[in-house]
Amino acid sequence: MNQKLKNLIRILASVLIVITVLFLLQKILVPKYVTGIVEGAFVAEYYKEENKDFDVVFVGDCEVYENFSTATLWEEYGINSYIRGSAEQYIWQSYYLLKDCMRYHKPKVAVFNIQSMQFNESQSEAYNRMSIEGMKWSFAKIGAIRASMTAEEHFLDYVFPILRYHSRWSELSGDDFRYMFNSPNVSFNGYFMRVDTRPVDYIPDPVQLPDYRFGEKAWKYLDEIRKLCKKNDVRLIFVKAPSLYPTWYDEYENQVEEYAEMYGIPYYNFLELTEEVGLDYSTDTYDAGLHLNINGAEKMSHYFGNILSEQFGIDDRRGDPQLDAAWAKEIGAYEAEIDRQCVLYGVDKDTLYRYNRPAETEETETEEGS
Amino acid sequence: MLFTSYSFIGFILLLVPVYYLIPRNRQWWLLLFASCLFYCTFDPSYLIYVCLTALTVWGCAMMIRMDQKTQDDYLKERKEEISKEVQKAYKAQHKKIREMWMILGVLINLGILVLVKYYSFFFGHGIKGLGAPLGISFYTLQALGYLIDVKRGTVDAERNPLKMMLFISFFPQVIQGPISRFKDLSETLFSEHEFEWKNISFGFQRVLWGFFKKLIIADRIAPVVNTIVSDVSKYRGAYITAVLVLYSLELYADFTGGIDVTIGISQMLGVRVTENFDMPYFSTSLKEYWRRWHITMSQWFREFVFYPVSTSKPIQGISKFIRKRLGNKGKKIPVYLSSFIVWLLTGLWHGASWTFIVWGLLNWFILMVSEELEPVAAKFHEKYAWSNTKWYKVFTWLRTLLLIFVLNLFDCYRTVGETFSALWSILATANAKVLFNGEILKLGMSGLDYFVILAGAGILFAVSYLQTKKGSVREFIAAKPYPVRFAIWFVLFITVLLVGAYGIGYDASQFIYNRF
Repeated sequence: MNQKLKNLIRILASVLIVITVLFLLQKILVPKYVTGIVEGAFVAEYYKEENKDFDVVFVGDCEVYENFSTATLWEEYGINSYIRGSAEQYIWQSYYLLKDCMRYHKPKVAVFNIQSMQFNESQSEAYNRMSIEGMKWSFAKIGAIRASMTAEEHFLDYVFPILRYHSRWSELSGDDFRYMFNSPNVSFNGYFMRVDTRPVDYIPDPVQLPDYRFGEKAWKYLDEIRKLCKKNDVRLIFVKAPSLYPTWYDEYENQVEEYAEMYGIPYYNFLELTEEVGLDYSTDTYDAGLHLNINGAEKMSHYFGNILSEQFGIDDRRGDPQLDAAWAKEIGAYEAEIDRQCVLYGVDKDTLYRYNRPAETEETETEEGS
Repeated sequence: MLFTSYSFIGFILLLVPVYYLIPRNRQWWLLLFASCLFYCTFDPSYLIYVCLTALTVWGCAMMIRMDQKTQDDYLKERKEEISKEVQKAYKAQHKKIREMWMILGVLINLGILVLVKYYSFFFGHGIKGLGAPLGISFYTLQALGYLIDVKRGTVDAERNPLKMMLFISFFPQVIQGPISRFKDLSETLFSEHEFEWKNISFGFQRVLWGFFKKLIIADRIAPVVNTIVSDVSKYRGAYITAVLVLYSLELYADFTGGIDVTIGISQMLGVRVTENFDMPYFSTSLKEYWRRWHITMSQWFREFVFYPVSTSKPIQGISKFIRKRLGNKGKKIPVYLSSFIVWLLTGLWHGASWTFIVWGLLNWFILMVSEELEPVAAKFHEKYAWSNTKWYKVFTWLRTLLLIFVLNLFDCYRTVGETFSALWSILATANAKVLFNGEILKLGMSGLDYFVILAGAGILFAVSYLQTKKGSVREFIAAKPYPVRFAIWFVLFITVLLVGAYGIGYDASQFIYNRF
């Protein structure tokens, strides 16, 4: 073997070793979000869906992924939906996640929870990571990173997550090795389930803010979401989930109402519709009014599913063999998770709304928002 | 653009291939462009100061050169016509002119330095709008060294002002040295370089080693040291004992790590930069330490301050006066006086504060006392055989380390009073338990971090020891079979990548010597 060939083999072998080791290290070091803080896994789970032709896509923070049950929407109305939610998802991230969805399929309706309008800048690198990291590489992801980065962050850390998570070697657990290449779903088409209950016993007093006006960046991305939906012929709906706190100020409400009216966007503030939905804060929340549990989420989905079907003409797709099969599998997993959590939290399964709802629910009068 | 930032790594990854792809006679142009770009990333206005220094020093050096040439030509032409006395007078007259140009260059640049760095120290308030550019202390000394060398005739004046600009602003060394001499640096800085794999690989290895020191050791220690020295009334006694050791380790890892990166990157570009350290913490006396720590600075002050001052008329006058009065007994007093000035300026050079002045003068005092006690020490070693054993050498090494650790503490506190208060608390505060009851783990470093520091310091020690036995460690490793050397450097790379204190959750610490 001549020296040149020997050198070439040496270089190739070295490069291969370097790339392989770095790849494996990165796989081990990035957080898996399967146990503990699972919210970081939601965004990536979307890509595992074989058929992404969802008719309804929700975008927003915990107020969407914990308050709407996609399984109930399917079971009751045959609505094929997905929640692209993540913890403290900022509006620019919602915009890019919606844009990312458009790469695969154009939904009929996009539902945006307007809670995140209160933020004009990303507040935390950890939340940025949970919203963006799971996205597949695209211009949408690049845009999301650039719009979200805090001063301490670097774009390169998103390209090579090993640079961000390099120091996790001291806190690795069995999960990091078990789920290196594949991890189980922790959401149900984006819905994050909790079966336990912690009734509302106290609502913190609203804090006086120096300025209640939404920021320039928040408005800019609200416009972008609106334009994106218009361009792609997607009906945009604004919602405000019925979380009792953080406080949703009247000043916030007025600004959203004004905007929605100006552009003819339907807006549902569920804080004002709790009676119609039938929410009971002594049984329907698992953290004293911040997020809904499965009872609350299913009631919300029952109510909102009706609106989607009746007022926005979302088709009942039950009977589509492919979707029936996919949802049967999903609902099987959904039931299994209910069983698991009932044992974990010591909840009597028979007390859940799911197993006690009236056989035939009367259609609730709904009114389209402003 | 810090050396350990992504942007700097990207900058180098882009620069090196372009450097070897362009025509070789354009390589120094690229270095000048890169240096200006690098400097501008801190603050574009800083570049004005560097340009001003380059231009004034270049101009004065050219005037000196022209005057020398005028003198030489005149004397050559009229060698036969004029008497030796006239020649001598003519030379003296021109020497004064050259001296005048040199003094002008020195005054302008010292003036800039004083205005931007020392004005507030001397006059109690700064000048609005004037900030000290990064590395001004380093590049000013380098520029003045060149000018004095030209005046002395030890180097020829550089005719191209852009080359002078590059000499002063060469990016790997502009913000923390080493303080290169023109004759050493220019040889490779302006020459044409062919691509050599050895330069690239050895340079990269040196950079990696610098990153190991900076990211694994120095930046990991910094939060603890910063917390302890932030409040001298709260952190006393055993905390200060911990800082003595931790800060000296941080300083060593930080400064030598930075110089490793400087030398490594220069080597990748084919440029040879002077070594600045020679295992200084292995010294067995303070005198030896100053021959091995920040070598180029010590050499600069010796060459351009100590020698001129000690041979100056006033000092010679004092010397004569003392010799007349005290005979041989006072023969060292002029040397001590010159040293006093050197250490006063060395202290001031490190920073415009009394802590640095006191630090400098303490160094001077200890060195002078050691000098005076040398005959006593010699007799002691003659009389007691055990004082020549290996164990006694270990004792002198530890004694010197302790002295260095104490002197280094003057870098940490804002005032001399705080420094002495902290030092006194080591003796006066009995709180050694904080080192063992978990209190020390609440200051920014976990138990695991301390373990990493200990392991890192062990590796530093082992590498230095290997260096004393085998010479260049990189050459030693390069002689091993390929799989072995690949494994060594790859493990070092992975270690820096995983264990380095960088990214979110760590402060991107500026190199300590960037402040000077």
